[in-house]
Amino acid sequence: MSRVAAWLDSDLAWSFRRSPVTVAAAAVALLCVGGALLAPWIAPHDPFDLAALDLMDALAPPAWLAEGRWRFLLGTDDQGRDVLSGILYGARISVAVGVASVLLSALAGVALGLLAGYAGGAVDAFVMRVADVQLSFPAILVALLVDGVARIALPELAHGAAAFWVIVLSIALSGWVQYARTVRGSTLVEARKEYVQAARLIGRHPAAIVLRHILPNVTGPVLVIATIHLATAITTEATLSFLGVGMPATTPSLGTLIRIGNDFLFSGEWWITLFPGLALVALVLSVNLLGDWLRDALNPRLA
Amino acid sequence: MSPADSAAPPLVVAEDLARYFDVSSPWLERLIGREPRRRLRAVDQASFAIPRGRTLALVGESGCGKSTVARLVTGLYRPSRGRVLFDGVDVTAARGAAGAAVRRRMQMIFQDPYASLNPRWRVGDIVAEPARVQAVVRGRAQCQALVAELLQQVGLHPDDARKYPHQFSGGQRQRISIARALSSAPQFLVCDEPTSALDVSVQAQVLNLLADLQTRLGLTCLFISHNLAVVEYVADDIGVMYLGRIVEFGPRDAVLSRPAHPYTRLLLDAVPDLAMTGRARTPVGGEVPNPIDPPAGCAFHPRCPWADARCRAEPPALWVDGRGRVVACHAVQEGRLG
Repeated sequence: MSRVAAWLDSDLAWSFRRSPVTVAAAAVALLCVGGALLAPWIAPHDPFDLAALDLMDALAPPAWLAEGRWRFLLGTDDQGRDVLSGILYGARISVAVGVASVLLSALAGVALGLLAGYAGGAVDAFVMRVADVQLSFPAILVALLVDGVARIALPELAHGAAAFWVIVLSIALSGWVQYARTVRGSTLVEARKEYVQAARLIGRHPAAIVLRHILPNVTGPVLVIATIHLATAITTEATLSFLGVGMPATTPSLGTLIRIGNDFLFSGEWWITLFPGLALVALVLSVNLLGDWLRDALNPRLA
Repeated sequence: MSPADSAAPPLVVAEDLARYFDVSSPWLERLIGREPRRRLRAVDQASFAIPRGRTLALVGESGCGKSTVARLVTGLYRPSRGRVLFDGVDVTAARGAAGAAVRRRMQMIFQDPYASLNPRWRVGDIVAEPARVQAVVRGRAQCQALVAELLQQVGLHPDDARKYPHQFSGGQRQRISIARALSSAPQFLVCDEPTSALDVSVQAQVLNLLADLQTRLGLTCLFISHNLAVVEYVADDIGVMYLGRIVEFGPRDAVLSRPAHPYTRLLLDAVPDLAMTGRARTPVGGEVPNPIDPPAGCAFHPRCPWADARCRAEPPALWVDGRGRVVACHAVQEGRLG
């Protein structure tokens, strides 16, 4: 219990409580992520259960409109799938893609940044030039490339199942650079400090010095980057899905839902695309605001 | 020094140590600007010996290469030329098991007590690390006992082992550094300006602690400092460094009371002393020259009031005068300067 009490008393908790925007953002983010995680238990329908779908339910408007039904609170799409349930399940996939790609790029970026910063010399130059090249490609372009290669390399059937990992890989591939650069910079600073020299003096293995001494001292900024990157990753995934190279329609993410609904926008069925869109905005905006707050709260010069 | 001492071989010997740093611009800039490679001579032709149980202090202005010597002796830097012998073993060549055996016997205390302790580690882990890595202790209980003993030895409480470095003051942190250095039971301790970042009142405490531990444990010390008052307190022998070279070397009292080299004289003149009030002083004029492009001849000649044509052309070598002073100066050697 004392740990909880200590956290509540910390500077971070104090700056959190003092900022109403952050508290609101945290509430919205918690709602989105909570809804996504608990989708199978709280969603009114299972949009993937083909047996339960009924085309007679198709294109029902939201419940509060003239022809709306309370069974489908936010209406249905052209297949008769409940939009609210679709959003909950879709957010689940969006958040999963976001978290997985952030973890992957953070892992790769931190490892390469530590290596470049501590090894220095040719290794450093090589890793950082690769990072520069990587940065000159927009994330979307990298993702389209990886997706194109995966489509050719994998058989049609496997592609649906692999789509998740293809998209995670493509987002991670363009995301690691930021982690690597930040961690390399901090590593350069830490490696010159005398506690690292003291560890070298007693003959500790370089790997032990990097992992036990330097790593704990360079992870602060990584948390901030990861939070902001989570929002970017979710947007990138939505963009790719909207362009048709992301998650397939059978396992739709928020982006896929927006794309499907987009076809019906001009025929008057606006709810199919609007509500997933609003959910995406709420999710990305709240995560972004949390990231901004974390960056400022952890910056000693802004306190 | 008693005759018995002088018979025993010294514990640490530096032979013609040199360390150059490459400070050239990146190769593309060099190529475009047709610049040559530039080398900074941090240390050049440094030779000295430290007998067992004694303290050699190296003094000099900022940037004269004192700290580089400390890092060369402990093996943190590889020398560009020369070698360091520790109890007859070449430190720079010793690798693997031999290197570990040598390293266990030497330790270092650093200048900045705020950078020399890992802020994410508990004090107990910091102090125990050398002992654990070099397998001086085995098991948790033995380790905790050692940490408690070491912390008490440096005047801290055994319970402090659970705290983090930021919970301590500068002087306390330096005590933790000392405890860490002692944890692998070294014979040789390199102190790189251990008190220069501390308040004057705390400096004395840390120096007393070091002196006390040295006599109790029979440690041999290399003490780096720019503070002559501190050096007077701790040193047995003194080496004066200027621009990467040792310009004067000798027993403490000889160097401090009868300095030979003009630079040593000027340094001593600059020390505030109540007994010397009203005495005419010769202040050290000018700046330390750039070690990338040192002056020809004697490196000190642009600032030396006794410099002549020979000083400007020919670098002086170390020379032992009739009174046992070792000095690198043409004026002293020629008898122009007593």
